Amino acid sequence: MINKTIASVDEAIFGVKSNMVLMFGGFGLCGIAENCINALSKTKIKNLTCISNNAGVDDFGLGLLLKKRQIKKMISSYVGENDEFERQMLSGELEVELIPQGTLAERCRAGGAGIPAFFTPAGYGTEVQGKKEVRVFNKKKYILEHALNADFAFVKAWKGDTLGNLIYKGTARNFNPLMAMAGKITVAEVEHLVPAGELDLNQIHTPGIFVQRIFKGSFYEKRIENRTITKP
Amino acid sequence: MALTKNEIAKRIAQELVNNTYVNLGIGIPTLVANHVPSDINVEFQSENGILGMGPFPKEGKEDADLINAGKQTITSLPGAVLFDSALSFSMIRGNHIHLSVLGAMQVAENGDIANWKIPGKMVKGMGGAMDLVTSSNNIIVAMTHTNRQGQSKLLKRCTLPITGVSCVKKIVTDLAVIEVTSKGFKLTEVAPSVSEDEIINSTDADLIIDKNLKTMVL
Repeated sequence: MINKTIASVDEAIFGVKSNMVLMFGGFGLCGIAENCINALSKTKIKNLTCISNNAGVDDFGLGLLLKKRQIKKMISSYVGENDEFERQMLSGELEVELIPQGTLAERCRAGGAGIPAFFTPAGYGTEVQGKKEVRVFNKKKYILEHALNADFAFVKAWKGDTLGNLIYKGTARNFNPLMAMAGKITVAEVEHLVPAGELDLNQIHTPGIFVQRIFKGSFYEKRIENRTITKP
Repeated sequence: MALTKNEIAKRIAQELVNNTYVNLGIGIPTLVANHVPSDINVEFQSENGILGMGPFPKEGKEDADLINAGKQTITSLPGAVLFDSALSFSMIRGNHIHLSVLGAMQVAENGDIANWKIPGKMVKGMGGAMDLVTSSNNIIVAMTHTNRQGQSKLLKRCTLPITGVSCVKKIVTDLAVIEVTSKGFKLTEVAPSVSEDEIINSTDADLIIDKNLKTMVL
């Protein structure tokens, strides 16, 4: 049986080099690969292109890589709530490509699914359209968007097995299954790692075929960005 | 009196149709969930990957793995379902969501909406808004009638970069309910104790006054 387990976070990020394109799953701080991001922030790797729906906050998530100026370009849909990001973007130090969230998700999915490009209505008639090809289908206008792939994809799951099969929890699923498909090397960090055969095969979200490395994260802060409660 | 944010949400809640799927944006739209009429069943979708979203959790029950698109902690209702972002936007672009309620910085009389960027100043990104506005069957905007500088957010043409073309169907502001028609903005309701003139003066576009102009009932 193929065993994709690696021993440490150092092995997880082995092979990541400056100037690479990396994908990071997560929505806000929910479902991010905390251990891999922390490890990358301790390296001297720089000039990274990072594809992630958001860019973390100032001192957590991808904000850690931003603060150390390791990121050259961000490809995201929403980047609020991060002062350092905004500063670097407005000063021109950081290149930013903002794309509609559904387009970002589909571009990742397409990249992993062997679909080089697709037409979507999102962004038609806006700055996002730019010089992209426009086509009319059934009287509605669509723009051509291309698939995204990455040298490495870093995803986070709740449970995983030694074959790389993954199960996510709650809304921590978000972009993780799509980016898992689109990475040349996909690294999955999980809260619970079990032997192959122990996960219920009816419940697996990401089949292990998409995952090259898997390990159990040593610590999860799981920070909540916007704690809201119903007052009694 | 101009409506509070909660009152805007309450008025929008009257637009909810029984047995439909609804996406609520960040800000005032999120408040709509607190005012669903008791005889109306709707399922709320949040584009980060849940259908059947419930209210905020009680203190101590917050789960970092269960948030809405505003990154707020939420709960799930019985029958709720979780999914990835591609499936989520399949529901949106595929026209399976019946109503989308969004905030806006500007709306034009042809239904264009701007809510993602102020060049040189504020660039947070469009998030899921561009997908939502091109696809939902019905788009309602929830916003204040004027911005902090007192300028009208209802315009002949948007001056900010737009989020979507000719997509807004209705606008509920703190002063009025306005429909977007092929002939432009149509004022259909005024907020209690707000005069027609006050609305006309606060709007930088022509207003067609509905023959059956009403005062909002909240």
